[in-house]
Amino acid sequence: MTVPVGYYLILAAALFTIGLVGVLVRRNMIVMFMCIELMLNSVNLTLVAFSRIHGNLNGQIMSFFVMVVAAAEVTVGLALIINLFRLRSSVDADDVRSLRS
Amino acid sequence: MAEFVVFWIMAPLALGSALSMLFMRNAVHAALMLVLNFFAIAVLYAVLEAQFLATIQIVVYAGAIMVLFLFVLMLLGVHRDEAPGGKLRRQGPFAVFFGVVLFVVLAITVAQPFLSSEDACPDQVAAGTESTEPGSCVGLAGANREGNVRGIGLRLFTDYVWPFEVTSVLLVIAAVGAMVIGRKKENAEDLVDQLPSTDPSPEPEPDPEPEPESLAVAGEPDLEGTTES
Repeated sequence: MTVPVGYYLILAAALFTIGLVGVLVRRNMIVMFMCIELMLNSVNLTLVAFSRIHGNLNGQIMSFFVMVVAAAEVTVGLALIINLFRLRSSVDADDVRSLRS
Repeated sequence: MAEFVVFWIMAPLALGSALSMLFMRNAVHAALMLVLNFFAIAVLYAVLEAQFLATIQIVVYAGAIMVLFLFVLMLLGVHRDEAPGGKLRRQGPFAVFFGVVLFVVLAITVAQPFLSSEDACPDQVAAGTESTEPGSCVGLAGANREGNVRGIGLRLFTDYVWPFEVTSVLLVIAAVGAMVIGRKKENAEDLVDQLPSTDPSPEPEPDPEPEPESLAVAGEPDLEGTTES
């Protein structure tokens, strides 16, 4: 009745995959952004699991920094999305094609 | 035993909430599913002997970041459900296929060496006792002997003090950048990218595909309604 650490790693890999597929198939930019958050979280889970495997706290500190960077990324990204909404009146990723010749 | 029960409750919860986030058409429902996922992951952190990160996960992610997401969703209008299909609907099966390939590769390369039953970490109830089992997992009983928060704090302010300070600069830059990007422009000439209708020098843009016409027809009345209201 024990849980090998590999199970956590498999769970993290599955969550990462779900986030990646979400970024690829969803078109609402906010939902794509949430999927990126999911991917970051799965990587955090991997770091914490490896921290337990190696028996020191470096992995937990790394995932702490990942959380900080994710918070910074969310503020800037949501500001970008709001600005795009002001220009395009839509948060659909397909509508943003100004750079396409 | 406790870890076994908690893992097999929380792991399906995390997977199910992530999958249902993928399939929710409404963005607000997707955000709520993501909150549930964050809570499940926070419980898994606590089981993995990362109590500080579990708390931070709930406070920062499920609290601050998701409130920010929901705030932006409310600001931009929640009535817009994503229509199924769209321009990239042929991309879906490929995305799922390569996602499955990525999952298999990750599972084989990262997780497979730690899957046997002697890779289970030593029970955290028996703290302080050195592990004599042959497994590869050391466990955090030694590193967390004086408490997880104390251990992380000691490392954060000694070995990692320089990255910590850089992180504070990053947060300040992100806050200022978000204010600069998100503020309302005083005059419309500041906008580099104008809407096609308000473009001062309209150029006939060549559009090779026939699909954008239907999109433009569908998008036009919606656009009028939001700018007037």
